[in-house]
Amino acid sequence: MESRPHNKSAPELTGRSHLRARDLWGLATLGLRGRPGRTVLSAAGIALGVATMVAVLGISNSSSAQLISEIDSLGTNILTVTPDPSLAGNTAELPTQSAAMVRRIGPVNAASALGGVGSGVDVYRNDRIPSVNTNAISVYAAQTNLLATVQGAVVAGHFLNRATSHFSAVVLGADAARSLGIDRGDGSEQVWLGSHWFAVVGILDKVTLAPELDRSALVGYPIAKQMLGSDGGPVEIYVRADPTSVNAVASVLPASADPAAPQDVSVSNPTDALIARADASSAFQSLFLALGGVALAVGGVGIANVMVISVLERRSEIGLRRALGARRVHVRLQFVAEAVTLALMGGGLGAILGGFTTAVYAAMRGWSTVVPVSALGGAVAAAVVVGAVAGVYPAMRAARLAPSEALRSA
Amino acid sequence: MTSALELHDVTKEYSGTPPVVALRSVSLTIATGEFVAIVGPSGSGKTTMLSIAGTLERPTSGRVVIAGSSVERLSDDELADVRASEIGFVFQRFFLLPTLSTLDNVANGLLYRGIALEERRQAALSALKAVRLDHRADHRPSQLSGGECQRAAIARALLGDPKIILADEPTGNVDSAQGSEILELLSELNSDGRTIVVVTHSQEISDALPRTVRVRDGKVESDTGSKGDDNGISSA
Repeated sequence: MESRPHNKSAPELTGRSHLRARDLWGLATLGLRGRPGRTVLSAAGIALGVATMVAVLGISNSSSAQLISEIDSLGTNILTVTPDPSLAGNTAELPTQSAAMVRRIGPVNAASALGGVGSGVDVYRNDRIPSVNTNAISVYAAQTNLLATVQGAVVAGHFLNRATSHFSAVVLGADAARSLGIDRGDGSEQVWLGSHWFAVVGILDKVTLAPELDRSALVGYPIAKQMLGSDGGPVEIYVRADPTSVNAVASVLPASADPAAPQDVSVSNPTDALIARADASSAFQSLFLALGGVALAVGGVGIANVMVISVLERRSEIGLRRALGARRVHVRLQFVAEAVTLALMGGGLGAILGGFTTAVYAAMRGWSTVVPVSALGGAVAAAVVVGAVAGVYPAMRAARLAPSEALRSA
Repeated sequence: MTSALELHDVTKEYSGTPPVVALRSVSLTIATGEFVAIVGPSGSGKTTMLSIAGTLERPTSGRVVIAGSSVERLSDDELADVRASEIGFVFQRFFLLPTLSTLDNVANGLLYRGIALEERRQAALSALKAVRLDHRADHRPSQLSGGECQRAAIARALLGDPKIILADEPTGNVDSAQGSEILELLSELNSDGRTIVVVTHSQEISDALPRTVRVRDGKVESDTGSKGDDNGISSA
């Protein structure tokens, strides 16, 4: 090495210690490269926390994306018309002719009414069941085009048709059938309905667009009028509108359904509520997110712990750096950067693990995988913050070490 | 000739029960370009003397003057600046980082001077050439012999072109053949005009150096004194 001239006359102690930002990266990974096993283990805590958070967000997003695409495939052009229950002095039924009147609206493709039956008409497994045990199943009179209008399907038997609507025949919703313990829809099983025996001719699949049908027992309009005290007034009308005119149809529905009292009619689009529900985070999701947060915090404590030990082991390195001219802040920066790098590695690993978990879960359910970028970014950012906080205490200890003492220690 | 290093009435006391007095009112002036051995039994305070002279710790009382300016008023950060630019350290245990190559270990000598890595590596390579270790540049310290490690450590100390080199038992962990090689290297640096202070147990080294300061019980017991402008080991 060529030596520069030493002819500075006056004492000149003006050279300032300085650490380049680019060199900080090398310093941050130096200790980690030296002990790869320990590095992986201490990053694992953070990885678990981040993986949990990403997987929870990924799975719930995939699930709601799936639900929304299901709803989209069923069509968002469905509207329901119900008598507004909030207004007093009103019977909870629409006028008898309302379904027919709604059908006359131009852009309405289909409309199907669900009629009430007389009070006290409930369905039981047999005639020995106490009348209070209704299983919360409602009995309705249904028009034969109901299933097509709500795009439902039967899992057993058939829906009501013109013939069975006149007989003691009932179609059960999915939950209603399970509550009653019935799984055959071939008419061989009977239920006790409104003090008559009704044969179960069909069992519905879950109805996404009209979940209220899942806990109902549906009978034909004619038999309901004849035996169950129905006056034919609908409690709900399902309307399929032309997809381009849904809003226009919605605005004229009250007056068409009940020209005498349009203000007592409420119109809603069930897909709106379903989509809102799909988007809403469940309490379960919050719980798991919180668990992920706890894992992340524990991971941070683990990093702090390992870093404190690392500082003790690297006392001579710290002393050497001080002897080479490192200021306290340079030592502090090195150890904070190391903790942040450790957490970043854990965060990256966790994001990959969480995404992978989501993909596996979604594949098992036949969903498409949706992992929001904000969840990935947020989880990794949280990991970095945890790493920085975890690194502060060990870094302070490292910077506090007296250089001479650090160099003398074994 | 100006002084490189001055200690005036330096006392160092370590707190404890009872407090340990490592240095008792030590005064010592080392001129620019001198090559000085500090000898004494273990626990005599010679290492404390070296670390106070190198601003690694502050005296309990007394003044330290480096290159003509008093350092007691300087903040910790300013002392770090002094170490970065004025002083090179060589330690008995080398303190090479095991995960870095020899070249990068040497390049660390300029790390806290804000110099880019490529430039640092170039400087490190020429420093390794100067200590005749450039053929080992890519090796890890664990692949080097003790003497080679110490030469690498000297190259690192040289990198910032310090005027003062403080060496604490530089030959303590190397065999005698390598030890004399180290000593030869230090005397070369001394002939380049650097001030070199070596703390040593070795009688051979102190006999070979132009000036020997003997320390016992925290006091300077004897000092062969400055030999004027006779800096070279050759005349000793």
